[in-house]
Amino acid sequence: MPAGDTALVVEYGETVDPVINRRVRQLAVAVDANRLAGIIDLVPTMRSLMIHYDPLVLSQAALIDAVAPLIAATPDLSGIVRRWRIPVCYEGDCAPDMTVVAEALSMTPQAVIDCHTAADLEVFMMGFLPGFPYLGLLPEIFDLPRRPEPRVKVPQRSISVAARQTTIYTIESPGGWHLIGRTPIDFYDPDRAEPILVAAGDSVRFEAVSIAAYQAIRQAVEAGDHDLKCEIING
Amino acid sequence: MGNIKVLRPGINVTIQDMGRPQHQHLGVPVSGALDPDALRLANALVGNPETCGALEIRMFGPTLEVATDAVRVALAGTRAELEILGQDPFRLPAHQSVRLVRGQKFRVGALPDGSTATLAIEGGFAVPQVYASRSTYSRAGIGGLKGRALREGDLLPLQLAMVEARDEQRLADDAYLDDGGPFRVILGPQRDFFTDEATALFLASVYTVTRDADRMGMRLDGPLLCHARGYNIVSDGIVTGAVQVPGNGLPIILLADHQTTGGYPKLAAVISADIPRLGRLRPGDEIRFEETTVEAAEAERKVREALLRRLIDAMAPAGAWLDEAALYRENLISGIVVETSSAV
Repeated sequence: MPAGDTALVVEYGETVDPVINRRVRQLAVAVDANRLAGIIDLVPTMRSLMIHYDPLVLSQAALIDAVAPLIAATPDLSGIVRRWRIPVCYEGDCAPDMTVVAEALSMTPQAVIDCHTAADLEVFMMGFLPGFPYLGLLPEIFDLPRRPEPRVKVPQRSISVAARQTTIYTIESPGGWHLIGRTPIDFYDPDRAEPILVAAGDSVRFEAVSIAAYQAIRQAVEAGDHDLKCEIING
Repeated sequence: MGNIKVLRPGINVTIQDMGRPQHQHLGVPVSGALDPDALRLANALVGNPETCGALEIRMFGPTLEVATDAVRVALAGTRAELEILGQDPFRLPAHQSVRLVRGQKFRVGALPDGSTATLAIEGGFAVPQVYASRSTYSRAGIGGLKGRALREGDLLPLQLAMVEARDEQRLADDAYLDDGGPFRVILGPQRDFFTDEATALFLASVYTVTRDADRMGMRLDGPLLCHARGYNIVSDGIVTGAVQVPGNGLPIILLADHQTTGGYPKLAAVISADIPRLGRLRPGDEIRFEETTVEAAEAERKVREALLRRLIDAMAPAGAWLDEAALYRENLISGIVVETSSAV
């Protein structure tokens, strides 16, 4: 489908579904592998791939001809996955909505934390803010609606949940998701050589830490001597 | 290093170039000039690469002072004048370059025509690049001067501390500003979220640009557009010029600072040839839309590109009038006070 004369949308579905999302990312990998001159960026979302291109270099018809054979194909996702381990404080001021979320789910706060840290989560897509990842899926019970009134200011590095997904507010911003924790790690830092931490296809595992540990890690991050835990996994 | 000093900041004046189109997959908005044609023309007039970062003015321009040996500037995207202040003030039409020396003050006042104008300076600004661009994205504090609009007292660092005197350049004509007519759109990608009546209404009606307009988008006022299938979608990608319709039924056209993905249905997208004049619209302007095809849009874009190339290739030395201006400058430099019958 065209999105004007500068982008093409390839849509695989209209729902939040990791299988659909994987097909989207597979297509992004396939298009990137045979990247035509004139393609500017490939933006995978939960359900569709947006291919931005320069209409002075590439016509939409030529782009469709090149992409069409790749849509049905199902190449493996690239063999390399970055697996991040991210400390999160789920206590006190770091988690203003923990009580509300625990009540809504009929769980104890500890059970919410256990669910949130139990599995490796996939980065489905990036959007909303620079470096802002959409991660999931959380167990079905986490299919929460957003807050009725969005917050005007969500503190940066807040960890939030809604609709079986979780994310990190990379900078202070308005936001409607429920805040259940805060990480000392910057997912966006304009002064870093690579300002943005994660990309679609990465894997993230959260680890609960105390307020004291959160503060210690934050100090180390600000002093520039914190080593992030990231494994590169083949396969 | 030379600077331009900001005496008065104007309204939302930011450094913009062609933005960061290659990092949308990381959630980084494109940003960049609202009126890319004006950016390219202003840069061409001062002898820069067309994509060099320049000052983008919104509604009301800044007052600036040359705090280096000499600079060359040019204004484009408007018919506002560049006002050179001081003992022998004069006004210079847009689309004409001028060399100014240390201590000279100049300003751009209220824009008489559109919402957006571009002031380029030879060599550009010595501010850091973020993701290969100097464009300001204020919302996240990225790029430009400290990631924000100009403030009083700012010093804008320049790449060149000195520019040599040479023939100044003038654009042969500024008719490119007069593009009227409806904004051409390609329907989709969520046309099926709207009733056929809503699509027809959108294409048949006059919409007004509201005051709720910034670099991210502009809200329009006009007939309400009914959704056929609700107004929440699972987020997908967004292009500059996308016409999204939230729950209240009033369209929003997304501009340079738009988010990379979004969850409102998008009825249509304004074609790329019409993006520059979209960026010049101001609150109160009345606009119409007209459906076109991808093929026609691609042809229109090539026509637009050829027009811009012709304008740039036809630039000519500014001629006699500017010699007079140069004369004033020389007098200013040597401190001779001449009686002037005020310039033009």
